Amino acid sequence: MSEEITKAHQMAAKQKEISIAEFFSKNRHLLGFDNPKKALLTTIKEAVDNSLDACEEARILPEISVEVIDMGSSRFKVIIEDNGPGIIKSQISKIFAKLLYGSKFHRLKMSRGQQGIGISASVMYGQLTTGRPAKITSKISPKHPAHYMELQIDTKTNKPNILKEQQVEWNKDHGTRVEIDLEASYSKGSQSIDAYLKQTAIVNPHCTIIYTNPKAEQIIFPRATDVLPDEPKEIKPHPYGVELGYLINMLALTEARTLQSFLTSDFSRVSANTAKEICQKAGILPNFKPSEVNRDQAERLIKAINSVKIMNPPTDCVTPIGSDSLERGMKKEIKAEFYATTTRPPSVYRGNPFIVEAGVAYGGDQPGDKTVRLLRYANRVPLQYQQSACAITQALTQINFRGYGLSQSRNSLPVGPATIVVHLASVWVPFTSESKEAIAHYPEIIKEIKLAVQGCGRQLASYVKKKQRLHNELKKRSYIEKYIPFISTALKDLIALSPQQAEEVESDLKSLLEEKRGKLKSIAAENTEYDETFAKIGSDAEAELYADSEDGDEQ
Amino acid sequence: MSEKKIAEKMKDVAKYIYSSIIKKQSPTLESPLRSLSNVDYSEEKGYFELQGKMKQRTLTANTVKTFAQTLMMMNESKKIIETDDIATKREMYYISKNWGEARFKEQPESDSIMDDVEAMLMVNREQLGFIPEEKGGDVAGELIVIDKDPDTGKQIKIDCTKFGSGAYSVPSSVEHLGFQTDAKFILAIETAGMFQRLVKHKYWKKANCILISMGGVPTRACRRFIRRLADDQKLPVYVFTDGDPYGYGSIYRTLKVGSGNAAHINKFFCVPQAKFIGITPQDILDYKLPTHPLKDVDRKKIKDVLKNDPFVKHHKEWQKALKQLATLGKRAEQQALAKHGLNFVISDYLPKKLSDSKTWLP
Repeated sequence: MSEEITKAHQMAAKQKEISIAEFFSKNRHLLGFDNPKKALLTTIKEAVDNSLDACEEARILPEISVEVIDMGSSRFKVIIEDNGPGIIKSQISKIFAKLLYGSKFHRLKMSRGQQGIGISASVMYGQLTTGRPAKITSKISPKHPAHYMELQIDTKTNKPNILKEQQVEWNKDHGTRVEIDLEASYSKGSQSIDAYLKQTAIVNPHCTIIYTNPKAEQIIFPRATDVLPDEPKEIKPHPYGVELGYLINMLALTEARTLQSFLTSDFSRVSANTAKEICQKAGILPNFKPSEVNRDQAERLIKAINSVKIMNPPTDCVTPIGSDSLERGMKKEIKAEFYATTTRPPSVYRGNPFIVEAGVAYGGDQPGDKTVRLLRYANRVPLQYQQSACAITQALTQINFRGYGLSQSRNSLPVGPATIVVHLASVWVPFTSESKEAIAHYPEIIKEIKLAVQGCGRQLASYVKKKQRLHNELKKRSYIEKYIPFISTALKDLIALSPQQAEEVESDLKSLLEEKRGKLKSIAAENTEYDETFAKIGSDAEAELYADSEDGDEQ
Repeated sequence: MSEKKIAEKMKDVAKYIYSSIIKKQSPTLESPLRSLSNVDYSEEKGYFELQGKMKQRTLTANTVKTFAQTLMMMNESKKIIETDDIATKREMYYISKNWGEARFKEQPESDSIMDDVEAMLMVNREQLGFIPEEKGGDVAGELIVIDKDPDTGKQIKIDCTKFGSGAYSVPSSVEHLGFQTDAKFILAIETAGMFQRLVKHKYWKKANCILISMGGVPTRACRRFIRRLADDQKLPVYVFTDGDPYGYGSIYRTLKVGSGNAAHINKFFCVPQAKFIGITPQDILDYKLPTHPLKDVDRKKIKDVLKNDPFVKHHKEWQKALKQLATLGKRAEQQALAKHGLNFVISDYLPKKLSDSKTWLP
């Protein structure tokens, strides 16, 4: 039988597996490499976030140096060096040159990075735009040698390609150094690396960042506290947050031998009774073997889970910045008259615990006729793009700020001399996309954001009212000063007073009218934390800040 | 009150303020409350008499501006009196433009301070040297007004029959005028239109009367002119207005007994002998006049007058008339009489009304 070459056969010849690496090299915008400016920010962001996470996990006070060197013809060299725990030799290549490899995806713990795509994507981007490998040095202890590697990603197989590997001398106890060449562009403004580093320093007062910008100017963001944030606890997933695919995966990988023990040991807040109830509702025996649960049964399990009442997950796995630290950070950066911060109690969306914190800095040098400055954070990472797509922005537009002394048109952000900071901390931050720039719109999250900002708003309202009273008082006093001379002039003419008598009238009147009004109190907050040079960073190009605000992402 | 006395009075106020301030006490200025709630009406007196309620203004941060402006205006008034000059209310407002921060932004501010000074000193503003811009009304008929030439001081006689289709204009100050007349009565008319018609057809000659056009609510000068003329020549005064709450409650009432706002000087600016001849609500029915429906403001005015106006509260007839108007729900203008022919007013309406005092209102 002669084989007929069908169209399908021809097409089949062209069909082949696409590696993740290949896919992302063609869809780089999904990861935050849409344009040269953003690529630079994303690369630094991923590296710094990783360093901070690693240091905190190893209980080391972070000291991170960031260096950006302009190599000309829109090429930049980025060097990030930390004092973290280092990476063992066998892992280095995988961490930096294999997409979707990391420690964070398979566990539920509050951390900055989540998917493990970040830094390897930067390596790949650098490789695609400059053809140069990433250069990694890492050392895990003074007793171990430092390892140096030059790495590339095989984009077809998503496997690391080690170009060079050697032991080197490194005058450091432990740490990691990453050097990536990439096509990029450097500018200032709200979406710049300068702004990113500053905003990072605000919510991470325990770290020191030494930043050398492309003009070879060195800026140091000093550590403000020696206390590391509490180590967030790792938790098992809560049944409510599990989706079908994830459940099937868990069923296949579990070490538990019965369905009941799988449910009690691999999830949080599932007691033996609850597990039995779930099994019963799903119509599966509790001693069924997890690996033999089929797709149908898994689907029934999900349904059963959602119909059973399960206690909320423990919330000690989420550590907030804390009202005090947040206020200190804001005072450093924003010269305002008034600061208010709130930390909400933990709450839960789809089985994931989270905490919302908010802060407001009002008045001072901030322009009163522009939209307020909104600083968004997720797990201490600044979110600089896609402001309008973010749940934080949406929540704010639902708040009536007019009651708090700011102006606002319908369904938009308020206008006034204020900065609003919102931080979402969670074991699993729901982003709208892989580039992690906007928080997804869960009603539970929006509600908490509103409550947190409203908490600050109420404090602000009372301050604004006080200020209004003070303003009226000052106006009255200036009134007194303004009109007293006329009284004395008229009296002088009417009853022929001498100049001395007229002067007496003036001074007597002044004391008569002003004494009754008492002393004026200053109500603005005293701000000893404010550091002018620090505050200047990232805000030196205000015009640009407003010009490019949102649209970077769409390019 | 002589001008010297007024100047003394102002000095007294200034001295009081000065001594309070030196004693570190807040001075308080007092003036009678000028409103309908602070006047009383009795037929014997014939005008709205001021009651004892006082408005007090103590010098505080809130009142410092008005205080300064009051004193500045008193000072200005003193200068005007001393130089034997006058200033119009508008001119006073412009004088204040020299006062820097204490200047008036709009003339109503200046007028209101002027009213305060006037009431505080219980004088009328002409005595303070301030005169209004508004003219006092138009006069035609059998009347000779005796005035003085402003330059020579020589007496001049003005014959009010000699203005043809025009009229003699009442000056803003009438105290110095003298009168000669053989007329039988004064007819005060609300609208210039009706006045024109009566002048054109020389009604004053037919009825042997003096016609005065008030042009809405009569000015102080107009009220004073009618009062002096009526007193001097012992003439009855008849009032002819539109048949609406404004004509009754504002025009006629103000002419006859004065206003709440000028309560301190009503004694001089009222015409107690005035009688209202029309248009009454009954006229609307009797003469089958074309009407307009009462507006909301009209109904409000009726309610307000019945409740608050001491004059209306005193006269049952007026209460009845106002209620009748409210029940009719209609109002009629003077010109509505033209329905029966342009000169119906001259040939029928006025003669009939004037001869039948039972159709009048007090």
